[in-house]
Amino acid sequence: MKKTAPPPFPAAHCVWLILLVATGVTFWLGESGWAGRAGMAPVLLMFALAFVKALLVMLEFMKLRHAPALWRKLMLGWLVLVIAGIVLAYRVGM
Amino acid sequence: MHDAASLGIVRDGTHLAAMLPLQALKVMFRTLLQFKDTHAPVAHNGCMTSRNMAPDAPRLEGDLAVWLIILAELLAFGILFLSYAFARARDVALFNASQSTLDLHSGAINTVLLITGSWFVVRAVQAVRANASTLGARWLVAALLCGAGFVSLKVLEFSAKADAGIDLSTNTFYMFYILLTGFHFLHVIAAMVFLALLLVKTLQGAYGAEDCHALESGAAFWHMVDVLWIVLFPLVYVMR
Repeated sequence: MKKTAPPPFPAAHCVWLILLVATGVTFWLGESGWAGRAGMAPVLLMFALAFVKALLVMLEFMKLRHAPALWRKLMLGWLVLVIAGIVLAYRVGM
Repeated sequence: MHDAASLGIVRDGTHLAAMLPLQALKVMFRTLLQFKDTHAPVAHNGCMTSRNMAPDAPRLEGDLAVWLIILAELLAFGILFLSYAFARARDVALFNASQSTLDLHSGAINTVLLITGSWFVVRAVQAVRANASTLGARWLVAALLCGAGFVSLKVLEFSAKADAGIDLSTNTFYMFYILLTGFHFLHVIAAMVFLALLLVKTLQGAYGAEDCHALESGAAFWHMVDVLWIVLFPLVYVMR
């Protein structure tokens, strides 16, 4: 039997810190006016951050990393579609 | 999961691929059995293992019904998010002007509160699973306090907008703003009620290493509310 990892506390701890930093960056992008700059770069950066944050919560907090593949695909598929759709809408609105 | 692998967060992601196909089939079969187990009246809804399962077989944490609800909620919010984004594309100037009246500070604090609340719930489940119900209950209280903080800030925000005479008919941006954040707000309340009920049961020592199925279901719902806000915040508050 494969030895399972001890309680994933350090992992959860790291995920929490990464989420806080990413939130700080998102906030700063808004405050500094960078999020309002022309072009697709701010849009891509902002929603890449949102994607990574949501991905981390899904895989690590909702434990989808250890879930049956079908559920992981459904949930991550939702995330990819929504983020891609939003980015597309910003492209259309340029 | 190359997304996850590229982030360096998959520790044992290779183990499924490394297994013999036959073993993989067995695991899939066991997973199906586990779904059935979940709904059998006297089934052993063990936290770590169930009779038919290896400890490290893929497992959905929480009740299948709750996960189906989560999926339905995600779809509903997904449609709202995309409707907002495409409505914005048709009237960028109006959306940007209205969006600049929102308070980025309270939005960011709310994000921190939800993320931290989610982390507390993870700790709570871990504690209960280690049969430390009292500690688990404390983490649940901490998570509920985060939720209460979120709700308080949102009430202040909504009342400030109401005082400014803003309602659903003000313009398209505010209609979406009220619908999206209001709908999400209701989900935070629902998740808090769910968690408060679980807190009572946890204090009674109802959950432990043998059974924390209900607690896991509540945790999954709580995390879903977090995921939704993570997309909503940059979309409605930050991105111009």
